[in-house]
Amino acid sequence: MQTLTNRAQPVDRRPMTFWEKMYLPAIAKGMGITLSHIFKKKATVNYPEEKRPFSPVFRGLHVLNRDEEGRERCTACGLCAVACPAEAITMEAAERLPGEEHLYREEKYAARYEINMLRCIFCGFCEEACPKQAIYMTETFAPANYQRKGFIYGKDDLLIPDPKNPITVKK
Amino acid sequence: MAFRGMQSFSTMAEEKKLFKVTIDNIPVEVEPGTTILNAARKIGGDVVPPAMCYYSKLQGSGGKCRTCLVKVSKGSDADPRPMPKLVASCRTTVMDGMEVANITSPEVLDARKGVVEFLLLNHPLDCPVCDQAGECDLQDLSYEHGTEATRYEFKRRTFEKIDIGDHIKLHMTRCILCYRCVFTADQLTNKREHGVLNRGEASEIGTYIKNSLDNDFIGNVIDVCPVGALTDRTARFKNRVWFLKPVDAHRDCDKCCGKTVLWMRGDEVFRVTARKDKYGEVEEFICDTCRFEKKEAKDWVVEGPRKVSRHSVISQGHYVGVHKPHETIREVMSGRDPKLLMNIHSVSEVNQPSVDLSKIDGPAHSTDFPKINGVQ
Repeated sequence: MQTLTNRAQPVDRRPMTFWEKMYLPAIAKGMGITLSHIFKKKATVNYPEEKRPFSPVFRGLHVLNRDEEGRERCTACGLCAVACPAEAITMEAAERLPGEEHLYREEKYAARYEINMLRCIFCGFCEEACPKQAIYMTETFAPANYQRKGFIYGKDDLLIPDPKNPITVKK
Repeated sequence: MAFRGMQSFSTMAEEKKLFKVTIDNIPVEVEPGTTILNAARKIGGDVVPPAMCYYSKLQGSGGKCRTCLVKVSKGSDADPRPMPKLVASCRTTVMDGMEVANITSPEVLDARKGVVEFLLLNHPLDCPVCDQAGECDLQDLSYEHGTEATRYEFKRRTFEKIDIGDHIKLHMTRCILCYRCVFTADQLTNKREHGVLNRGEASEIGTYIKNSLDNDFIGNVIDVCPVGALTDRTARFKNRVWFLKPVDAHRDCDKCCGKTVLWMRGDEVFRVTARKDKYGEVEEFICDTCRFEKKEAKDWVVEGPRKVSRHSVISQGHYVGVHKPHETIREVMSGRDPKLLMNIHSVSEVNQPSVDLSKIDGPAHSTDFPKINGVQ
């Protein structure tokens, strides 16, 4: 039969010598390798006591940002939703009423903003598409949950807390 | 057969005395009195100059925006001298033997770039907020011909937003003064109440002493507006055009043709517009009753999905020719349906039945949405 490569080695089928039949040297050699690994640097960390640093370009959980005055930056332009390849983002817009200028930066804002974290593939296209620097991806994971409904993130989950007007209510 | 066809063609040419024009090295024969722009539209494709103010259905429109500038490299057979300057193709009529350069002339493309920069001088570029975004002529024009940045360093002119009547919102800041709406109001309605006030850079579209417009066909100014200066207040901020599904629909209307495009989400009708052709011009004008008052699916006979250009953002997410795979779970599980682990509609706060956006008269406000955990 023609070989595919010339690197094939014939199997050594000679009977074992006395030294090899004793096995002990081979066991000692194996234990030596095991022992030497105790003194080497470990590949794992003791999560969650110890955590690895994230890469600066890590794409984690989304946040909706506020501007310097604590107003919501999102204007519900829909570019994140149209850029989203997983179609995870949905929103509904509303007009800012007179007197709400301290809450919303633009005359239009997202009254409802939802990201379905079950659909999200964390590609970061939404962050890239945003013309108002409103949506950012942080260096955190979406926390685990027992139920699927906990992964539908609304504005109360996504919006960063207002430094002037902190919200204490928890979901 | 071919010979006879050619003969009949030549006799027809003799009767009408067609002018032979060459646009970007493509010859076309048109009737005398045709403008260069319409001759180019007869050829179609890339050689058609863009137009922001010219509107074939409105008499007297054109000649204001200068985006349709072309170079006439040969005036006519009788006088072959080129025209000294670039000409507005919507206002210049063809001559026999005329040679026109549009996209083949770098001079024209450069001039058009300058025109776009001028049009955008005072434009606020608030596309994320603007309802016209996605179907805006100025957006398309600046994408194709504009520069990345402006060199303008001064304060842009701003105006207060005005409600013209109950249904139309005027954002004068976005206006490029194409005068299309003035012509529409003049030619379609029996009483024009709005026009251009002031002069030069200070000119603005306005109704004198804020007269409200309540003519039957005034809603068409929304469709003819090439930018987001005149928008539909009933659909204001309700949804982006690319998230709605445009469908052709009609109804029996005693005032107009009743042929419209409905912009729908599910069974909700968010917006009604006239049907637009490939140049963004209205095929047939529609009345205000159809446009503003018939916002329910049962008012309309839906003909089918509107054909949208594949390159338009409106066509995103419109999956056509999708074949759903055969569902086998029922067969395998001896007739039992798979367990639904989550119904998104029971969890999602978007598109709640309690908030019916299409039924709200104007734009939705914070009062229309209940608060969730103190956040809206």
